[in-house]
Amino acid sequence: MFASAEMTTSSFPILTMLVLVPLLGAVLVSLLNKKHGEWVKLAALVSSIATGAMSVWMLVKFPTGAAGFEFVSKHSWISEWGISWHLGVDGISLFMVVLTGVLFPLVIVGIDPHHDHKSYLAWMLLLEAGVMGSFLSLDLFLFFVFFEIVLVPMYFLIGGWGYEKRVYAATKFFLYTMAGSAFMLVGIVATAFLARRDIGVLTFDLVEIAEKANFATGTGRWLFAAFMIAFAVKVPLFPLHTWLPDAHTQAPTGGSVILAGVLLKMGTYGMLRFGVYLFPQAAIWAKPVLLTLAVIGILYGAIAATMQKDLKRLVAYSSVAHLGFIVLGTFAMTTQAITGGVMQMVNHGVSTGALFLLVGMIYERRHTRQIAELGGIQAVAPIFAGFFMIVMLSSIGLPGLNGFVGEFLVLIGSFETARWWVVVATIGVILAALYLLWAYQRVFHGEPSDDNKSFPEITLREGLLLSVFVAAIVFTGVYPKPMLDRIEPSVKALIEHVEASK
Amino acid sequence: MMNRLIAATSTFEGPAIQWFKISPILALLGGALFLILVGSLTPQWKRGWYATASVITAITAAVLTGVLWNQMGDDKSSTLVGGALAFDHFALFATFTICVAVALVSLVTNDYLTREGEDGPEIYGLMLTAAIGGVVMVSANDLLVLFLGLETLSLSFYLLTASSRSRTQSGEAGLKYFILGGFASAFFLYGVALLFGASGTTNLQSMAKVFAGEVAVPSNNGLLLAGIALLLVGFAFKVSLVPFHVWTPDVYQGAPTPITALMGSVGKVAAFAALIRVFMIALPSRIDDWRPAILVLALLTLVVGSVLAVIQTDVKRMLAYSSISHAGFILVGLEAASHIGHADAYLGNSSAMGYLFIYSVLVIGTFAVVSVVAGQGDNATTLDAFKGLGKKRPVLALGMTVLLLAQAGVPLTSGFVAKFGIIRAAVSVESYALAVAAMLAAVIAAFLYLRIMVSMWLSDPADDAPVVVSKSIGLAITLAVATTLVIGILPNLLLEISQAISF
Repeated sequence: MFASAEMTTSSFPILTMLVLVPLLGAVLVSLLNKKHGEWVKLAALVSSIATGAMSVWMLVKFPTGAAGFEFVSKHSWISEWGISWHLGVDGISLFMVVLTGVLFPLVIVGIDPHHDHKSYLAWMLLLEAGVMGSFLSLDLFLFFVFFEIVLVPMYFLIGGWGYEKRVYAATKFFLYTMAGSAFMLVGIVATAFLARRDIGVLTFDLVEIAEKANFATGTGRWLFAAFMIAFAVKVPLFPLHTWLPDAHTQAPTGGSVILAGVLLKMGTYGMLRFGVYLFPQAAIWAKPVLLTLAVIGILYGAIAATMQKDLKRLVAYSSVAHLGFIVLGTFAMTTQAITGGVMQMVNHGVSTGALFLLVGMIYERRHTRQIAELGGIQAVAPIFAGFFMIVMLSSIGLPGLNGFVGEFLVLIGSFETARWWVVVATIGVILAALYLLWAYQRVFHGEPSDDNKSFPEITLREGLLLSVFVAAIVFTGVYPKPMLDRIEPSVKALIEHVEASK
Repeated sequence: MMNRLIAATSTFEGPAIQWFKISPILALLGGALFLILVGSLTPQWKRGWYATASVITAITAAVLTGVLWNQMGDDKSSTLVGGALAFDHFALFATFTICVAVALVSLVTNDYLTREGEDGPEIYGLMLTAAIGGVVMVSANDLLVLFLGLETLSLSFYLLTASSRSRTQSGEAGLKYFILGGFASAFFLYGVALLFGASGTTNLQSMAKVFAGEVAVPSNNGLLLAGIALLLVGFAFKVSLVPFHVWTPDVYQGAPTPITALMGSVGKVAAFAALIRVFMIALPSRIDDWRPAILVLALLTLVVGSVLAVIQTDVKRMLAYSSISHAGFILVGLEAASHIGHADAYLGNSSAMGYLFIYSVLVIGTFAVVSVVAGQGDNATTLDAFKGLGKKRPVLALGMTVLLLAQAGVPLTSGFVAKFGIIRAAVSVESYALAVAAMLAAVIAAFLYLRIMVSMWLSDPADDAPVVVSKSIGLAITLAVATTLVIGILPNLLLEISQAISF
């Protein structure tokens, strides 16, 4: 189903533009003079909104029901090494690209970094180019380039605009991810060299390798493991998750939203695109281990979240739990479960992104994230509390909101192939309700203390920003069909690819 | 008696010399002599003229090398001057790298000498002499010629290291380097002697034939193995492989910063190219004996270099240890090349040479920035001196960031191309464990580059000391950064060339 015969080539290289426009925006922003603050902001705004608009246009043009890669653009890049600039989008990456395209302008418009706007915006745009590239690459080398390049802007964003322990957190983030990538790089090169025996020429092309190469059982497992280490760090999968709470807590609000919204998904997306697709047999073999780690992550993340005193850290640990569900869905390997997982990637991006936004707003107002120092906010800022409530309920997975659809599909889809893991994972759903509702109760209910009495109500700008998130949450929750229709065919094709390899 | 002697000398025929093919050496020699002569015969010239002469010399030599490369085409390699020097793509590529490095370092040195108020021709003369030594080393086809080159290079380095009269550390470093370097040369020479004893020749090709058993000479196994070991020790010292690295941080720190850049580039290229040539050409029949040693040295160098780099507080020492770690990476390339008989083993040599070129440019650029920050007296090289550089000189700090990220091996920089090449070579001969170890060492080393970046960008300036960037050093840094990015984004430019590298 992934065969190249089905590929359509568009005359306008939209995918290339999705990478290049933010990149050029970053260059432009860094070239502009700092004194002209408005010009800097305008340049950043225009390039990010243009990228967002293009991603939405791509979504509209994306043929429903197509399983293969669309809008493919392919040019030779490093011919000596058989590496090409090969971009394409299918149902699995489609919504991640759109999420990236939409989230960045929102963050750029909606969140004020407080100092040194120019560098902040330049790094943000570079980050966007890197993330876009990661989700669009169909060449192993190219993917690695984007996957790694993302570290640099994120490192500087956390380190430059974060909170007290920002340097520690940024360094930890950089080194953890880079250590994971070290294995993947060796894995990528080995994959290409071993695949050469079947293909005849050295190529790093994902589709070509996946369709033509036959790895020996043992070899495939080693290669799969090399990729998985990198992705497991990125997701993060228990027990490689320890960088995440630090990075999330110390990152500036914009950084946290992007980190939760799209960066972590590079891990789960990579598992599907490069793990399962390239090494289906090894993926089946490793299923029990990965499912177990995913379930441990769900429970551990939930329990750790319950214990947190810092609201942002709580949300960070809830991410560990949520990402566990996505991994569970991925390795349950049924159409429903993977579709749910892909959907959950988007849902988590929207709802946790919004949660970090809200926590950021609380910090702006109160200069604390300690749950104990907050309280009674609902009485003084009811609209703010209302937004928080909706977003939180979506994160819990309340029916009618987006979180439910994804989680439900994952659990239903996994029940047949991974029954006992699902049984345990369901406890995580209950725990999610526990820690989030408890946090809500402590922060918003009760009598406001003196410090919290002057908690300002939501501003228009903040309200508009959050409305976009809430609209996405409600729309997806009530009417998920358009999304599912676009995700499912590609997932089906992937499952068939896995079945065929058995 | 006398008559017989005269008769003997008159019938002596020197080897045929193809002058044009050794023109890069001649150009460098001419430049060196010119600078030293002019320096002693004329009154002091205006600032910068000596540097200009040095740059022109180096570029002329580089251009001549390029012409020779083109002329050579696909011809098979040959030897020059009666088998003393090899003439092949490998030697030409290394020669080119050395010339480029000398040109860049001359630009850096100009700034340094102007700042320190001592603009003289000797430094440039010595740098060109070092380059001659380096070029002889990379093309030496005979162990004795190699030794001559090695000594020319080393003696110039000793002097250059001690050349700063105002800083006592410089003299101290020079003395340390001289004594330890003398030891290493002795080891090396002893190794040469033993190998001569084992084979009856010092010519690399003849030696290979003897050891391969093609020529019926009673070759002595004990002498041979001891010779290989001693030779390796000598080389290991010169390229600073663990555990023969202890001189490196002290000398790198003590030497004037531009000279450190020269050692990190020209010194590394020359010694590594010679190491690869000797082991691959003279000793391929003994690969099973020396490959394990290379493997162990590579692992030790990678790990110890990276780990010790991280805990330093002086940037020059940090970069010294990082250069050790990089040496480990290059050794991984040699390990890959040593799988003779494997279809992809040739990737080892070309990736190691590509790495050396890329690293040379990087290290010169990095030390150029260090030299700028070190300021008057060349002393402010602690991590604290870099604090707030991003606020004081954002463009300079950005350039340094690019160079550091490249050293860490981040994609879209030349450093990634270099690392990828090595990993590719290692993986293609199925040295997976070594490849993973190298990458993990690179991650440890990345922490060090991050520390410098944190100082530059995320700390406030410790003082208001102005950071002065002169034109010449600015040009050197710009060229280094531009090369880093261009090779990083369009690696084909370098790959097509390095693909052709062979003996």
